[in-house]
Amino acid sequence: MDLIEIKDLSVSYKIGYKNIKILDNLKLNIKKGEYVCIVGSNGSGKSTLLKAILGLVPYSSGLISINCKKSKISYLPQNSDILIDFPATVSEIILSGTQNTESIFPFYKKRDKLLADDAIKRAGVDSLVKRRFGELSGGQQQRVLFARAICKKPEILILDEPCTGLDPEISNSFYALLNKLNKETHTTILMVSHDIDSVKKYATKVIEINKKIMFYGTTREWLKMKTDG
Amino acid sequence: MVKNENGWLSYMSINEIIEILSYPFMARAIIVGILISLCASLLGVILVLKNYSLIGHGLSDVGFASISIAVACGFSPIYLSTPIVILASFVIMYISQSKKINGDIAIGIFSTGSLALGVIVTAISNGLNMDVYAYMFGSILSMNNTDVFMSIILSAVVLTLFILFYNRLFIVTIDESFAKSIGINIQFYQFLISLLTALTVVIGIRMMGTLLISSLIIFSAFIAKKFVRSFKSLMFLSATISILCFLIGVLVSLLLNIPTGASIVIVNIIVLIISFIISKISDSISLCKN
Ligand SMILES: Nc1ncnc2c1ncn2[C@@H]1O[C@H](COP(=O)(O)OP(=O)(O)O)[C@@H](O)[C@H]1O
Ligand SMILES: [Mg+2]
Repeated sequence: MDLIEIKDLSVSYKIGYKNIKILDNLKLNIKKGEYVCIVGSNGSGKSTLLKAILGLVPYSSGLISINCKKSKISYLPQNSDILIDFPATVSEIILSGTQNTESIFPFYKKRDKLLADDAIKRAGVDSLVKRRFGELSGGQQQRVLFARAICKKPEILILDEPCTGLDPEISNSFYALLNKLNKETHTTILMVSHDIDSVKKYATKVIEINKKIMFYGTTREWLKMKTDG
Repeated sequence: MVKNENGWLSYMSINEIIEILSYPFMARAIIVGILISLCASLLGVILVLKNYSLIGHGLSDVGFASISIAVACGFSPIYLSTPIVILASFVIMYISQSKKINGDIAIGIFSTGSLALGVIVTAISNGLNMDVYAYMFGSILSMNNTDVFMSIILSAVVLTLFILFYNRLFIVTIDESFAKSIGINIQFYQFLISLLTALTVVIGIRMMGTLLISSLIIFSAFIAKKFVRSFKSLMFLSATISILCFLIGVLVSLLLNIPTGASIVIVNIIVLIISFIISKISDSISLCKN
């Protein structure tokens, strides 16, 4: 049994009275510990696929089964819902990433605080913890949300273009950190990325989509296909 | 202000106020008022940040309808308005979430419909009698033992639920899709927020009246928002502002002999204006520094 199994998945959005098919008959299996990158042009349905896996958008047909606890999945969205003028500090936001649905009353325990501290160090946001989230730069906010996503030590980490708007140096340290998580703790990584260099360097598998799956296989096969034309 | 025997308007003297404050009905009123202010201000933080603040307004009109029905039938309004307002809050939340109807429109339909119903019931039964008038504008000093008892119980329910679910309410308020992605049942929390709002409106009506209760929910959170960095300090500041405005409002209402609810609203508005000036001044000071 693979970690994520997707069969005949179709997703449509209702726009006015019309149903527009965004994803058409996808089939995918992702194994534990893989580092999978999703590529494709703008509007090809990459974010929609992630959202369907996370249960954020309903799907019209097919089956998605995820063989780990829901609380072991973490997500870094392409655009977060957090409003700029929302009064919350960086540390409040990161700590909230430790919440899961296993306890009914979500009080933070000592362990949660340690996990958050660890994530803060890994994401390099130590100096920001007391700041108000809304006053940070876009790149800093992204790092904070990254810390929130990794702090509960997820089994599956789903990221949607995590490095857009970051300078190259920070992007590289991001990818290195992801790679470390993937190698050391066997965190399965499923990431939408436009950064071909990092895909080449770290990904074990590549999914290319454009409404349908155009390619799904190892990174080497994908590169070969691209150079062969 | 009251007319004294010479026909002149006069203010209440300090001695008279001290005497009034020592009456047991006054002590009860202040305890209940503090509890209501606390509930409204904490909940207000969530409603203001989530742009749900109109819900309180819609529910207070539903409260008006249920109270006029209760008064017409001759039983204690709080027993009828509690279930009706809770039910209405669920229906409003359900309709706003279904996305087919805009939430504001749903609230607009509910509140005008309720007002119309309330006015018709009142007109048919007795006309605008003293009871209905008291519920429209609030009369904290005329609370009976049932009112006090129910207010304390309901505030305790609101505060307990709020504290138990504080961290969840935070995550649902700040980032709904992240909360959903980690498996949190968003709908449950939307209904919890509705329930808490309904309870706060029901207990707040006695003090503020149906016409003014929603202001108690909105003001303090809105004022506090400009001055804080964290969610937790927003809660504390909102609660503090709300309780202080309540106490000052009661005092002013006694001094000038004006209705308590209206007096609390005016105090809130004055604090809002002052806070606006302070934040403008501190903005320009920090601009000068840079
Ligand atoms: N909530 C939505 N309602 C309607 N259409 C949407 C919605 N979200 C995305 N779409 C449409 O679905 C298509 C795929 O979007 P998306 O998955 O975000 O693409 P990508 O992430 O690959 O750029 C786009 O054409 C977009 O306009
Ligand atoms: Mg996208």
